[in-house]
Amino acid sequence: MMNDVAVEMEHLRVVRGSRVVLPDLSVTIPAGQVVGLLGPSGSGKSTLIRSIVGVQVVESGLVRVLGQEAGSPALRSRIGYVTQSPSVYDDLSVRANVRYFARIVGADDTAAEDAIDAVDLRDHAGQLVGRLSGGQRSRVSLAAALAGDPELLVLDEPTVGLDPVLRRDLWGLFGRLAGQGRSLVVSSHVMDEASRCDRLILLREGEVLADATLDELLARTGAHDADSAFLALIDRAAQAAR
Amino acid sequence: MNARRTLVTTARVLAQLRGDHRTIGLMLVVPCVLVGLLAWIYDGTPVFDHIGAALLGVFPFVVMFVVTSVATLRERSSGTLERLLASPMGKGDFMLGYALAFGVMAVVQAVLATAFAVYVCGLDVAGPLWQLVCVAVLDAVLGTALGLLASGFARTEFQAVQFMPAFILPQFLLCGLLVARDGLPDVLRWVSDVLPLSYAVDAMKSVTASAAEGADVGQDASVIAAWIVVSLVLGSLTLRRRTA
Repeated sequence: MMNDVAVEMEHLRVVRGSRVVLPDLSVTIPAGQVVGLLGPSGSGKSTLIRSIVGVQVVESGLVRVLGQEAGSPALRSRIGYVTQSPSVYDDLSVRANVRYFARIVGADDTAAEDAIDAVDLRDHAGQLVGRLSGGQRSRVSLAAALAGDPELLVLDEPTVGLDPVLRRDLWGLFGRLAGQGRSLVVSSHVMDEASRCDRLILLREGEVLADATLDELLARTGAHDADSAFLALIDRAAQAAR
Repeated sequence: MNARRTLVTTARVLAQLRGDHRTIGLMLVVPCVLVGLLAWIYDGTPVFDHIGAALLGVFPFVVMFVVTSVATLRERSSGTLERLLASPMGKGDFMLGYALAFGVMAVVQAVLATAFAVYVCGLDVAGPLWQLVCVAVLDAVLGTALGLLASGFARTEFQAVQFMPAFILPQFLLCGLLVARDGLPDVLRWVSDVLPLSYAVDAMKSVTASAAEGADVGQDASVIAAWIVVSLVLGSLTLRRRTA
């Protein structure tokens, strides 16, 4: 197994209902970095993420995660997965939620408390999750994944609905986690979050438009920010198709 | 299967219930009220002694069925089930965790309802009381197990609620309370021979009718237990780690 690769996808094809979400996707995600998965909604980000976690029915293709086939039992305690809408129990306190998910993966209550601190919810630890704001609930969901100390964190739009300060803090946290050797895949439809990622995968209609660092992307397109780089790439793809 | 994950899940479900005083109240009080109502309706007749015990098995069964199927459906729609199935949690751990949690509630409910029926409403029980409680608990756990199974086929809350009449009422009509099972048309009798609630009611009747024949109760109880195991296994098959 190569240690510098977190996720490898070859010719991944996913069909949901009658819609081909990912026609034929191949991409390699390096380990120990924050990799941003960017693209408009409906571009297949969540499906790609679900395929990495191994909860997506896949029509064909290969997905290898941390050296093993996606979805294999040995991976379940090594991956932390945070869904787009917070998947936590509204009728339990923040602490009870995080402790429960920590215990499921064999982590202790100290790890749970550390995770609560990491997402800055110390002051709300005893509160029922149902009484929290949307942004706070998604942080509970994140803490529940952090508590298990996963090697790979897969986060589906974790910063939606958060104020700029919290967003900055969370991206800071992601950077620190990567600094500790963990791999992160973070999806977002906010292009200005691209500057916080070590590497970017731009997705559009289920196809990889670009897989590069932000600097490479800007150099290649001559754009000043991720947003215009993305638009330039779309225009190029459209011209090439003509 | 992993005992720690099962028990941690049981504790979590009980913690959720503990915060919901109204549901606990309904689970514990409703069966008592229904038994009391029945005793009152048949005041001065021997009917309550005939069917009271049987209904003591039916009420917990129904209450647990509804509570469980809704609870599990909520787990599906909130995304927590997907999260758990992406974690090391086993499907069996999940099912058993729920069954144990509601089983604990069932014990409390059965003890309360039985005590209320016997001491307040004056239900005549020929057999030992502990047997009555045991069968009532078994019936409640059966309701939980079937509720877990049924929730696997419900996509919305509306459907889950409709499963109550769909799963429960036919069993209620055929369980021998309205017409003795021997008196049913052949085909219906065969059907009732398969349905679990028939055995729940039979067991209750055996306990109230005679002091001696423990073997009868034991046989019915093992059929109920088998149904519990089968429902839990089938229910865990409806849990899919990968979804479209």
